[in-house]
Amino acid sequence: MGLRRRYLPLAGLLAAVIGVQLAASATNSTFYLTQLTMAAYYCLVIIGLCLLMGYAGQISLGHAGFFAIGGYLSAALTSHNFTAVSDTLLMRTLDRAGLLLHHQSLYGDSLLSLQPWLAFFIAIGVAVLIAFVLGIPVLKLKGHYLAMATLGFGIIIYRIVLAAEFFGEADGISEVPPFQLMPGLAVSGDFSARVQNYYIAWALLLFGLLLLLNLINSRMGRALRAIHGSEEAAEAIGINTARAKLYTFVISAAFAAVAGSLLTHFNGGIGPSEASVMKSVRYVAIVAVGGMANLWGAMAMGIILNFMSLRGMFGSYDDAVFGGVLLLIMLFAPQGILSLRLKNILWAKRPMTGK
Amino acid sequence: MLELYSVHKYFGGLHAVDGVSFRVAPGSIKALIGPNGAGKTTLFNLIAGVLPVSSGNITFKGRQIQGFKPHRIAALGMSRTFQNIKLCHGMTALENVMLGRHIRSSAGLLAAMLNLPRTWREERDIRHRAMELLELLGIAEFAEVEATSLAFGQQRAVEMARALATEPELLLLDEPASGLNIYETAEVARLITRIRDMGITVLLVEHDMSLVMDISDEIVVLSFGAKIAEDRPEAIQKNPEVIRTYLGETEEASA
Repeated sequence: MGLRRRYLPLAGLLAAVIGVQLAASATNSTFYLTQLTMAAYYCLVIIGLCLLMGYAGQISLGHAGFFAIGGYLSAALTSHNFTAVSDTLLMRTLDRAGLLLHHQSLYGDSLLSLQPWLAFFIAIGVAVLIAFVLGIPVLKLKGHYLAMATLGFGIIIYRIVLAAEFFGEADGISEVPPFQLMPGLAVSGDFSARVQNYYIAWALLLFGLLLLLNLINSRMGRALRAIHGSEEAAEAIGINTARAKLYTFVISAAFAAVAGSLLTHFNGGIGPSEASVMKSVRYVAIVAVGGMANLWGAMAMGIILNFMSLRGMFGSYDDAVFGGVLLLIMLFAPQGILSLRLKNILWAKRPMTGK
Repeated sequence: MLELYSVHKYFGGLHAVDGVSFRVAPGSIKALIGPNGAGKTTLFNLIAGVLPVSSGNITFKGRQIQGFKPHRIAALGMSRTFQNIKLCHGMTALENVMLGRHIRSSAGLLAAMLNLPRTWREERDIRHRAMELLELLGIAEFAEVEATSLAFGQQRAVEMARALATEPELLLLDEPASGLNIYETAEVARLITRIRDMGITVLLVEHDMSLVMDISDEIVVLSFGAKIAEDRPEAIQKNPEVIRTYLGETEEASA
């Protein structure tokens, strides 16, 4: 049941995505596509966090940390020069397997770095591993305590990228090469590749959304919602709550890391602000505005708010706006912004149920 | 089926369960009664693995289960309901019962995300079985209604259907008649007998004496954490110590 109801909105979204591109190209305003591409990557973080917060009921104030792990590792491994260690067995093996990239710097020096695909898998792998190791102890905590523990993790990652020379300290990492996904298809910020990148990002977001929609309507999705409702009841019917929470945390971290890695290749660089706690708060705020247990709401709000923010509509008050949004939502619409008017409109038409 | 041997539970200095031993025979209905604070629910939580025992043994189907997490015990074939009903908010009655099929199905996170053919076939079976149980309990018409918005008696039925959906061999019912009127209680009594007739062993905690006396094969009486009697209902009704516990001291009664 409901398969059509699940997939039809996705088809609608796909049509909208294509429509926006055609309209932008026709009116010569493809510059909008750049922000929509970035917003799509941020949205990938947001729907992953929505699964964790809205459905499994576990908060994370450290998701910018996972985004940064994905982004920074991809950036460092594909743009640092590893010529100095090229003689080691590991590097020679990688080279023979075609996983290294020989190129030249602006000044003609030869550079040796990792293939973006290899860097990508290392980055995601590390993020998943860290989520796993962090999740085991941390997910035993609940509510405020879990929020504080994940906040602590976020701060650690932020301070590490800010302090480590390997990660470019306060400057971050720039001149990150394009990510050649396959011949003729690359994640890069080239003006000529704008339309192509718009579609890469949105295809990935749609695919991610499809995976999560399937998940929440499955046996494991029900189990997650049960954990949210009552952990004791979930345990009593045989759900391994600790494991379900951990896997959800890991999946959600992986979504953030994938987004981080690809957005970094798209932007051609990454800076410490991507790892900052305010970014994590922003993700949480957007999930809350979207209505917590509402993937479509989180998605819609993620696109709208990120697009506005990236277009500079909030000016220097960017972070203040998101803080304010979180505050207002918690006060006036804890069920999300979409619940506000809908409730009034639907009140009279609601079918009589129950008693 | 279930065997308790010298089970103790301390909460700090409080001796909540004091050396309780009894066994529940397969295919029987056993009731656990006692005044408020006698330790009935604590004992239930020890059996279900929610609380760790301080000392003693609990065996289920010949296997020691103390120290097991609740979900492992559930997977072994023991299911329970709660005194204060615990249904999942935001899920329909049907979805709540489908939850009970968790341990009888296998689709993991990856299979679920990709929605493989095997996954949706399994999903269809889960839905089918859950619907059958709602019909069995006479609440099929509320399948698509949000469970927590149902009337109290119906919520109890949903919770029982969810417990049955796990295909338990032993069903623990924590005060299944609390908050119900006499008609609903009679309905619950019929239901529990029917569950026993399906071959499921039942252990229940209950305050409603008419229900307990009607349906139980055997009764264990607890007072201040200790077992003071274990017998058939007729014998329990005549047991002087049980009467003293429930009605007060004999001196007062005779005075």
